[in-house]
Amino acid sequence: MIELKSIYKSFEDKDVLMDIDARFDNGKTNLIIGQSGSGKTVLMKCIVGLLTPERGQILYDGRNFVSMNKKEKIALRREMGMIFQSAALFDSLSVLENVMFPLDMFSNDTLRDRIRRARFCLDRVNLIDAQKKYPGEISGGMQKRVAIARAIALNPQYLFCDEPNSGLDPKTSLVIDELIHDITTEYNMTTIINTHDMNSVMGIGDSIIYIYEGHKEWEGTKDEVFNATNERLNDFIFASDLLKKVKEEGALQK
Amino acid sequence: MKTMILKPIETVGKYLMLMGRTFSRPERMRVYFKQYVNEMAQLGVNSIGIVLLISFFIGAVITIQIKLNIESAWMPRWVVGYTTREIMLLEFSSSIMCLILSGKVGSNIASEIGTMRVTQQIDALEIMGINSASYLIMPKIAGLMTMIPFLVTFSIVAGIIGGFCTCWFGGVMNAADFELGLQYWFQEWFIWCSFIKSLFFAFIISSVSAYFGYTVEGGSIAVGKASTDSVVMSSVLILFSDLVLTQLLMG
Repeated sequence: MIELKSIYKSFEDKDVLMDIDARFDNGKTNLIIGQSGSGKTVLMKCIVGLLTPERGQILYDGRNFVSMNKKEKIALRREMGMIFQSAALFDSLSVLENVMFPLDMFSNDTLRDRIRRARFCLDRVNLIDAQKKYPGEISGGMQKRVAIARAIALNPQYLFCDEPNSGLDPKTSLVIDELIHDITTEYNMTTIINTHDMNSVMGIGDSIIYIYEGHKEWEGTKDEVFNATNERLNDFIFASDLLKKVKEEGALQK
Repeated sequence: MKTMILKPIETVGKYLMLMGRTFSRPERMRVYFKQYVNEMAQLGVNSIGIVLLISFFIGAVITIQIKLNIESAWMPRWVVGYTTREIMLLEFSSSIMCLILSGKVGSNIASEIGTMRVTQQIDALEIMGINSASYLIMPKIAGLMTMIPFLVTFSIVAGIIGGFCTCWFGGVMNAADFELGLQYWFQEWFIWCSFIKSLFFAFIISSVSAYFGYTVEGGSIAVGKASTDSVVMSSVLILFSDLVLTQLLMG
């Protein structure tokens, strides 16, 4: 479980995050949603330690990440897995080598065991046939799946996904969402997903927080988001004509 | 005015801090050694071709130029070979070759690391709990510093062969006179001077280029700018340190 307590972050004179409190539970896909520029990527970067908040606490199962020393932070980071918007695979390594990379760095297993584990992870994301290819030779959706395999190689307790569906078609996005959701429940991880993909919100939003101009505007679940009365959230969620129509029809049926 | 003074100081500070992170204890020696071997191949072995090509032709041109410019009844004929050897040994194969390598190797390092920065590969390393500076930069510095004495040696040999070729095939002068000049008053220390200087230059090229690549912010334009800046800065530092090192080693 990850808890945020009064997170505040600013860049020069601009307040980017203002007193954000949130709780992300194990075994659930926790979504952070919001418009571009609302501060959700900054929030994600603060949670994983790429940025340091000026105030507040980030508690990983009660351990405050902000006040940890460098050694403790490095140790905690080994319990984290992250899927980046651009997949961030290492170009010079093959798909198998990318998944093996965290194992090579931190595992004391034999080479045979490391390869076995990496193949298991690739098999989990249905990419075992692409193991010898390089990132440049596979599609964007496959790159995201390799990133998922790499993120779970060390059995992390915490999984972070920064816009995992960015640049993917709706069908591939669905595959990625289902994969992240299944892995989260299977390994009982605390998963935080940063997204503005409404399909993800409706599909895997076990818990959702909506960030608006740097503060938490709303929180709830995928079942609640559809009937929420918050005007700003509705403006964001039902921005597309398709969803507007779906809502109207849903309201008519009622 | 204040920015003009503070910015270079800030840059030097950031560079020193990055080097501090770079030379911290490696997490897993096995992985670092693999990287080190890869870098020796990528930065060193892949540069042998260009080093041989340039050195061969420069050696040949130096021989022709000296022969044409110092030809006199009062000047011994072996002076051409002697001067060619000294130029190759003392200046070209260490300093000028490293200036050329700062263009090839330096831009390669800056653009590779810069691209890793903008595509979040460095963030991915940090999230994994890996010291990205040490993992990416240290093998490059060590790899280039290991290979540079070999590149200098190849450059000296290729330059002298180039000079010989102008005698054998171009008929510029008698090859025996050229050979006599090559052997005349040879000082082993000059070879060591060349190696010592090139080691400093290899460190400058790899660390400065890595700094510019590592601190890229933005997209492809920023990577291109970092690549250019790294070549300019490495070249300036090589020229300046060449002056200091030459005075220290030979003065």
